[in-house]
Amino acid sequence: MPEAPPQDPPALHVEGLDVMYGRALSALRSVSLTVPHGAVVALLGANGAGKTTLLRAVSGTLRLHRGTVTAGRVRYGGTDLDGRDPVAAVRAGVVQVPEGRRVFAGLTVEENLRAGGLGLSRRAPALVRESRDRVYGLFPVLAERSGQAAGLLSGGEQQMLAIGRALMAAPRLLLLDEPSLGLAPRMVFRIAEVIREINEQGTAVLLVEQNAGMALSLADHAYVLEVGEIRLSGPADELARTDAVRRLYLGESADEPAGDQGAA
Amino acid sequence: MTTLLDTLLNGLALGAVYALVALGFVVIFKASGVLNFAHGSLLLLGGYLVAVLHDDLGFAGALAVAVLATAAVAGALDRLLLQRGDPDPKAAHVQTIVTIGVDIVLVTDLARRIGGDLLTLGDPWGDAVTGLGPVTVADSRLAAIAVSTVVIAGVFALFRFTPWGLSLRAAAEDVEAAALMGVRLSRVRMLAWCLAGALAALAAVFLAAFPAPGLERTTGQIALKAFPAAILGGMASPPGALAGSLLIGLTEALVAGYQSELHVLGEGFGDVAPYAVMVVVLLVRPTGLFGAKGAVRV
Repeated sequence: MPEAPPQDPPALHVEGLDVMYGRALSALRSVSLTVPHGAVVALLGANGAGKTTLLRAVSGTLRLHRGTVTAGRVRYGGTDLDGRDPVAAVRAGVVQVPEGRRVFAGLTVEENLRAGGLGLSRRAPALVRESRDRVYGLFPVLAERSGQAAGLLSGGEQQMLAIGRALMAAPRLLLLDEPSLGLAPRMVFRIAEVIREINEQGTAVLLVEQNAGMALSLADHAYVLEVGEIRLSGPADELARTDAVRRLYLGESADEPAGDQGAA
Repeated sequence: MTTLLDTLLNGLALGAVYALVALGFVVIFKASGVLNFAHGSLLLLGGYLVAVLHDDLGFAGALAVAVLATAAVAGALDRLLLQRGDPDPKAAHVQTIVTIGVDIVLVTDLARRIGGDLLTLGDPWGDAVTGLGPVTVADSRLAAIAVSTVVIAGVFALFRFTPWGLSLRAAAEDVEAAALMGVRLSRVRMLAWCLAGALAALAAVFLAAFPAPGLERTTGQIALKAFPAAILGGMASPPGALAGSLLIGLTEALVAGYQSELHVLGEGFGDVAPYAVMVVVLLVRPTGLFGAKGAVRV
């Protein structure tokens, strides 16, 4: 098995990926996608296009949904991730923020963050504190509410907590599944700022979104997934100008995609 | 007055032992979503090991071996049998049914070995009693209260302060999100089963000690009384299991203590009482004492 030399800056390579749920339901067909080191890549598509399935294949949670990779491979840096468990992905530096936030509602904010660090092989208290302080720096509101049950936070705060929890594992690639879902426009803007900030600190981001305006304003490169296949791909600003994307994802009247908040 | 105090102390001791068993139910349920119907047979296995080993190893040595062995059997049961099934968290009911089969196999074999005998466990308390003011209490009951308190406090500390405890609580809230954090679910749940097995073996000792006549092949069925305790506590709540166990223990002791006054309910109402209490509690609070979902904003 050819392994990339470890000195290479790690990038995510998805090559010719086929995914099935059960024995009959094909969710992805020969999907290929690359997230270069330190980049922000957007993955757009309607409900049921297979965006979440792709993230599951990368993070190793397909099995929990009775899904399997039937062809192709997923590599991050020198590590093969297809068919591995989520522990392997986290250890390799790939961490997913699930759709719908999925914070541990009965645990406190602080405990949620500690839980985010559970997958690290070394959990030196000093390192954990350092990551936590970084998260509190990004999201001061979480520091204020550290002792509160996460279920009592507002939707936007829960999204911040979900992102902060993932950052506790010190990821080099963050997989974000619809972080803008169900949030007020102002909060969507705030989350976009945070994603930019996280990226500037050196973490690559694969951003799955229905809110194409927000995603394309952040991304360097974008892919459009339709019924399990990659339909379009290219630099984000070019894609934002194509007719198909404007019509399908930005709404025909959207003259300024970057400011548009309307999701499909 | 003396009768009441006597009864309350008895109830407390019973409740403390039920709590060891109920906590096992809860830990397993939280970690794997499985209602462990094999818990009674694990308890019986632990008691049986103490009974056959204490002549050679002494009581303490036999207890240590029994606790470790029962923990190992419970852990192996989870890892080698239950975890082989469908990994979908929604399929836990299938594993629950598997535990019924495991229970039948284990109980049948242990009952064959025990036969009609009453096995003594060689515990150091014997039939000694201590006078506490107006009441006299069996030393074994005082030991049950003391040991259970210490062990349960230890288990709560594990939940609260260790990475395993945090993993368990996180996985109980959301298995997939916990998996995404890199929590090793199979190890977390196997350790939960081990812990529950160890607690069951410990409980067996007190259930077979004075004033009980010894370990019988039916001792494992006592675990069934801890089931309503866990359920009325909310099933996924360790403090709930504790409260439920005390409630069941006190109820049973009160029913036994005032049997003559309760004659109208018929003989043997004590056996039914735990379930009666469970039904009443669930009628008033359908999610159990501590089972109400915490305030959640969506």
